[in-house]
Amino acid sequence: MERGQGPRKRPDAYVIGVGHTAFGEAWEKSYRQLMTEAGLAAIQDAGIQGDEIDEVFVGTMSTGKLVGQEHVAPLLLDGAGLADLHIPATRVEASGASGGLAFRQAVQAIRAGGADIVVVGGLEKMTDVSDADAQAIASSGIDQEWEHFFGANDAALHALVAKRHMAEYGTTREQLAAVAVKNHAHGANNPLAQFRRAITPDKVLRAPMVAEPFTVFDCAPVSDGAACLVLASSGVVGSYRKDAVKVSGSGQASDALALHSRATTTTWRSTAEAARRAYTEAGISVADIRLAEVHDAYTINEILAIEDLGFVKKGEGGPATLEGRTGFDGDIVVNPSGGLKARGHPAGATGIAQVCEVVWQLRGEAKGRQVKDARIGVTHNTGGTGATAVVHVLEGGF
Amino acid sequence: MPVGILSYGAYVPRYRIRSEEIARVWGDDANIGRNLDVHQKSVPGPDEDVATISVEAARQAMRRSPSPVDDIGAIYVGSESHPYAVKPTGTIVQAAIDAGPYLTMADFEFACKAGTAAIQTGMGLVQSGMCRTVLAIGADTSQGAPRNALEYSASAGGAAFLLGADKKQVIAEIHHTASFTTDTPDFWRREGQKYPSHGERFTGEPAYFRHVMEASKRLMADAGTVPSDYDHAVFHQPNGKFPVAVARKLGFEERQYATGLLAPRIGNTYSGAVLLGLVHILDAAEPGQRIFMCGYGSGAGADAFDLTVTRNIARYDRGAAERLETQLADTTEVDYATYAKYRGKLVMGGDA
Repeated sequence: MERGQGPRKRPDAYVIGVGHTAFGEAWEKSYRQLMTEAGLAAIQDAGIQGDEIDEVFVGTMSTGKLVGQEHVAPLLLDGAGLADLHIPATRVEASGASGGLAFRQAVQAIRAGGADIVVVGGLEKMTDVSDADAQAIASSGIDQEWEHFFGANDAALHALVAKRHMAEYGTTREQLAAVAVKNHAHGANNPLAQFRRAITPDKVLRAPMVAEPFTVFDCAPVSDGAACLVLASSGVVGSYRKDAVKVSGSGQASDALALHSRATTTTWRSTAEAARRAYTEAGISVADIRLAEVHDAYTINEILAIEDLGFVKKGEGGPATLEGRTGFDGDIVVNPSGGLKARGHPAGATGIAQVCEVVWQLRGEAKGRQVKDARIGVTHNTGGTGATAVVHVLEGGF
Repeated sequence: MPVGILSYGAYVPRYRIRSEEIARVWGDDANIGRNLDVHQKSVPGPDEDVATISVEAARQAMRRSPSPVDDIGAIYVGSESHPYAVKPTGTIVQAAIDAGPYLTMADFEFACKAGTAAIQTGMGLVQSGMCRTVLAIGADTSQGAPRNALEYSASAGGAAFLLGADKKQVIAEIHHTASFTTDTPDFWRREGQKYPSHGERFTGEPAYFRHVMEASKRLMADAGTVPSDYDHAVFHQPNGKFPVAVARKLGFEERQYATGLLAPRIGNTYSGAVLLGLVHILDAAEPGQRIFMCGYGSGAGADAFDLTVTRNIARYDRGAAERLETQLADTTEVDYATYAKYRGKLVMGGDA
């Protein structure tokens, strides 16, 4: 603040560059390669030089357990050949919401006025361990002492939530399946998605059981992948891409880690609260939202998300999905990318990949899956069973 | 010099365990057999191992053979479950069929493709003139740890092929063979370990599919053939799904791969798998028929072959030993407890 001029306006954050590797089973690539690939793509997309970067954040859930490497934030710079610049680099962790939270940290860094160009990446390399280990590691995001120890894992807890939602609101098995069917149909048009094949409701229902009521097609896959963004402050954004996307709202909220400590499991209050904060900050209402990338780690998550984000009334998430109200012909296109279900879910990369998708949509670059008249998009990323939720509102056309 | 198969034999243990029975014990999805397209698998009896299976297959081959046992210049048994870590299986086969002693020998191991590697080695010895005939065998009593996914498929069986170059005796000429090999650790068992480890889905795309596709395409490029040139096609079959998927990817149709596909009925016989499929084809083959074969071994490699059935098959004494289909029709179903006992999966305590 300059003396005698009163409080300076808080800078806004804009996304000026995106990078996104193909998601899937990257047998031939290490996590370093994935991170570098996404990072360089984002830097190139933004048209920035390495020495312009003021700060770096990386979201990742569990590189320590998955590939034995902690302390990964400096590696993003190292891999890009920028270690000599000694840029501050910080890792952010919040289970499946690690990417979304890292993005929020980047936004906050710009808003705080301490940085003009921030690079934020997300990554996970999950297929180097057995499926059983990957499941156990993914379950690190639930309460180890009071949930996992007693035999519950991530899938089982989400299954309990689904059963409760079915009991309270009459949500049906077919409505859950409709989430997977829709997102696979969307993913078929996303060249970076892990699964690019449409599926039928029957295929979902007849697949091997994971945890009642979920079959394997109700669950997002174990994936490898990385995504990266370059953010610029309102002070410098004019020198970069003309189609910068503004981060007009950022909301984060938390809840009890264990499901049993909450008054209800069928409303995720962290999501509702994060959304309220983000919408308020952006000065928008649900009616303004045209598309959303939501956290559908299990099919029930998307139903909860569209209810708790206020897109539909509580209890109507299932019927709304089955009726196609969240598809390309609906009111709000939910997960045009294919979501976690079809794009894949490299945990730490997911929150960043969601922003990449919304940016592409708002720039009008989502070939084959472009949401018409997209001006405002929302991202929603949760960790564990929703003890962390982070929601962002992005606006194009500035 | 043309080289080919002079005679063949096969053996599959009579015991079967159904996939539902394994799923029942472990509380797995009852549809797992359908998902793998392995509905039951063969189980070796308590007194059966790779030596006995190899001996049975070799005896069948020699019963049908127009070529005398004394002409055998080499015996190669390929397996990943040789009964001894040190001591050849081949010498037991040699003694049982009264071959030698003036012959060369070694046991082979390359996961599931040790048998096809034995055939390729035999082809070389015959074509170079070093041996008049070579007996190449692929057999396994493969292992799957209790509750591991392998338990649904790892089974037992084997086949023996007598290779030679006598134009009057060759029943199936091998025109071409091509291999594709890389260091791809999708499946392994270290010294002293009872059960193998595997890389789950890594065993699919980068391992089985890549190697089988590459070897197959190379073979057809060398031979100047396309899938429609073949009457039959047989692929290594770790389950019922993979060989069908790879066959379709290459452009083969069901009528071509149906005869050689045995995994749904007997599981994965590892080193015996593609060779038993070939035996099933040869049991009903007619002169002039062209056969495509591609074996696969984890680790990883694939060996592809281009064969043509000759007129000699008409006077070849196939009936001197029972056909594979006759063996496969005569089975005894066992429950999991019996299977566990036969396979040595029970930990025996006390002095019993």
